[in-house]
Amino acid sequence: MPAVDVKGLKKNYGKVIALRGISFSAEKGEIFGIIGPDGSGKTTLFRILTTLLVADEGTAVVDGFDVVKDYKEIRKRVGYMPGRFSLYQDLTVEENLQFFASVFHTTIEENYDLVKDIYSQIEPFKTRRAGKLSGGMKQKLALSCALIHKPAILFLDEPTTGVDPVSRKELWEMLKRLKNQGITILVSTPYMDEAALCDRIALIKDGRFLSIDTPANITAQFNQKIFAVRGLEMSRLLSDIRAFPAVKTCYAFGDSHHVTVETGQNELQESVQHALYLYLLFKGHTNVEIEKINPGIEDCFMELTKADVV
Amino acid sequence: MMILLGMPVIQIILFGFAITTEVKNAEIAVLDLSKDEATRKIVEAIEVSEYFHVAEYVHNTKDIDNVFRKGRIGLAIVFSENFYENLLHTGKAQIQLIADATDPNTATTLTNYATAIINNYQRQIVATGPVPYQIVPEVKLMYNPQMKGAYNFVPGVLGMILMLICAMMTSVAIVREKEMGTMEVLLVSPMKPIIIILSKAVPYFAISAVNLATVLLLAVFVLKVPVMGSLFWLILVSLLFIFVSLSIGIMVSTLTSKQMIAYLISGMVFMIPVMLLSGMIYPVENMPAILQWISHIIPAKWYIAAVKDLMIKGLGVQAVLKEITILFAMAAVITAISVKKFKNRLE
Amino acid sequence: MKVITAENLTKKFGSFTAVDHISFEVEQGEIFGFLGANGAGKTTAMRMLCGLSKPTSGKGMVAGFEISKNPEKIKANIGYMSQKFSMYEDLKVWENIRLFAGIYGVPDKEISHRTDELLKNLQFEGQKDALVKSLPLGWKQKLAFSVAIVHEPKIVFLDEPTGGVDPAARRQFWELIYQAADRGITVFVTTHYMDEAEYCNRVSIMVDGRIDALNSPQNLKQQYDAANMDEVFHRLARGAKRNSD
Repeated sequence: MPAVDVKGLKKNYGKVIALRGISFSAEKGEIFGIIGPDGSGKTTLFRILTTLLVADEGTAVVDGFDVVKDYKEIRKRVGYMPGRFSLYQDLTVEENLQFFASVFHTTIEENYDLVKDIYSQIEPFKTRRAGKLSGGMKQKLALSCALIHKPAILFLDEPTTGVDPVSRKELWEMLKRLKNQGITILVSTPYMDEAALCDRIALIKDGRFLSIDTPANITAQFNQKIFAVRGLEMSRLLSDIRAFPAVKTCYAFGDSHHVTVETGQNELQESVQHALYLYLLFKGHTNVEIEKINPGIEDCFMELTKADVV
Repeated sequence: MMILLGMPVIQIILFGFAITTEVKNAEIAVLDLSKDEATRKIVEAIEVSEYFHVAEYVHNTKDIDNVFRKGRIGLAIVFSENFYENLLHTGKAQIQLIADATDPNTATTLTNYATAIINNYQRQIVATGPVPYQIVPEVKLMYNPQMKGAYNFVPGVLGMILMLICAMMTSVAIVREKEMGTMEVLLVSPMKPIIIILSKAVPYFAISAVNLATVLLLAVFVLKVPVMGSLFWLILVSLLFIFVSLSIGIMVSTLTSKQMIAYLISGMVFMIPVMLLSGMIYPVENMPAILQWISHIIPAKWYIAAVKDLMIKGLGVQAVLKEITILFAMAAVITAISVKKFKNRLE
Repeated sequence: MKVITAENLTKKFGSFTAVDHISFEVEQGEIFGFLGANGAGKTTAMRMLCGLSKPTSGKGMVAGFEISKNPEKIKANIGYMSQKFSMYEDLKVWENIRLFAGIYGVPDKEISHRTDELLKNLQFEGQKDALVKSLPLGWKQKLAFSVAIVHEPKIVFLDEPTGGVDPAARRQFWELIYQAADRGITVFVTTHYMDEAEYCNRVSIMVDGRIDALNSPQNLKQQYDAANMDEVFHRLARGAKRNSD
């Protein structure tokens, strides 16, 4: 029995369509990532799965229980951390944890083992009010609160948004440890680079899943040749590359531009690469480097959403 | 937007009609022990004036007490026996004006109008007769002989404070959870919605009970407004009113998910009508029928009336049975609506 | 030409030193990345540079004006955009452009011309009459950026401009930044995406109120022997003592 089993979920808010028919299943004990930009439907999906909303169409089963019929059972079994860390700002760190423990009819002591890893990092500040914590600390406290009743499945809606890279990394390390304790984790994020940290991911845009697979399989399915191009004048380089006939797409990727090219049947990748190099030299670029690379999740996401790009 | 555009209209209408200390068609009682030509003329003059309407003719002094207890009558006029005879023979006659002074302003206005009408009659007969006749109105103030304003505003303040704390604070407290996102987490927990509501309402219930005690103590010991009737029933009725206000607060919280809106609704839609239409500042009797009708659905109106009866007039619980019943019904209806509307999901 | 110079810029709140003697310079037309963990003091430093907050001690020159003496002059010469506040959602696209152009002091007769130019540049002509709230986030942010530089300021400050934006829109956003920098507008940007740090000409990394590293991404990676900026950041920020905003 999968931990989460979803079939054909649809949801509208008036005229706005949030989910256009989503199906997937997450296995017990895996980290399942739902990755997509803001407004793609991640929060709506999480709210349906945590019984806060009722879908217009489709079914969802969480830990063996239907989200509509058996919502009371599900509420006992899942932990939920909404996007805005939902804490009582005027309660202290410790009071928050105590409160959420009592809401779930348990005590901090009973499940301390489970949250120890995370909570011990913020325990020195346990008398501080939650409203006065930094983003990273709020995130840890909210996660501790969502875990205190030992849920079978943990739903984390954008736990890393607005949090600095160090805290983000720490959070992912914590998730990995929780997974090892057998907890199923569904996590959403707009950061593509976090995809690799999940066992399986679903790419979501405009209420639709573009692809569901392991991160490695998704990048393996990328059927384009892709190069990283560097030079001194990155901005001019971008427009010059785009003007090159064989180039299909060219996007800025930090220190390099990622370029996909059209290759004819018999054309070798090297020859295209060489032609582009010569062309760029001819255009007056210096220090040009072109390198064949393996695509990342972000390349795949853009390839899959290419049709929508303005 | 509706609130911003609508409020000035409602307010100007309310103030325009409600802020009038003028009295029109006040209901009075007449005890005519003489029943002669003069008393008939005076009563006639009173009846045709736009200020009074004789609602009841009573037959003895004990009945006066009874009609006052019913609370409808603001003034009673008592003609002594052999009124006309006394007037003709001794040139002097006595009229007693008994006013319900729980609201000192209205009492003053009523007695002034009545005196003016009587003086008018006096001038007429003086003009016809040879002797300088003199009608001496004797004013007697029931319940509040010293005409203390406190007698009027203590019940009003009670109604306001309890309404403010219960309705506004409860609604804001619940809506705050929605805004902070903590409501989401609470809903995804085994906690029953009814427990969430109760845990929000109980503290404010306790605070209101303390407020009630403070206001009563201050009233009795500082303002020297005695509790004339049963303290037990006064407290019981107050607790009932607190309950009604709490359920209003919960109902408001189910309507919105923004703290600002909760403040606006409780402030504009509940507080202002409570102040204007509950009879706390302006007597409801003088308002147009439509406003009087609206005032009936304001819980504070019934509560304030009950407090006046129990605390100031010292009446027994049977005098406020009607108010208690109405408050009970309101509590039941509002609680039912809000519990039903308080969803265990987000939308 | 230097458009930003900070010399020992310091801000204290009571006994707490939010920004601790930072010194740096930014050249005209540079894309300058301003990185740091939550609570490292980025926002406070940025506020001082925008003339919104007075430094406790130290000197800062922005667009040729001293920040503690001429904050109003500075405000007229900079643009500002943040993730939280960008546009009036209930106004149409062109109304927002016109409104902000007016606020930033673009002469009346130029406003309509600049509006058209801006819309054309973004290929937004078709969405001219759309309400801002109906646009996807990525478009909103692109529009917000264009509006923040509608008055051709010397410097534009961007506070986490691309949070939650989809990858393609994020790319387009950075292309707009490149274009602005090519026109000579200095771009001062904070971000939590470390790959975005790589777009910058130079980046500074703040730790506990101080600037612990300042160089080009290339040099930083070499200096810290790291494969990418993410690693550089972790090396530096792991040592942070401070834990709150």
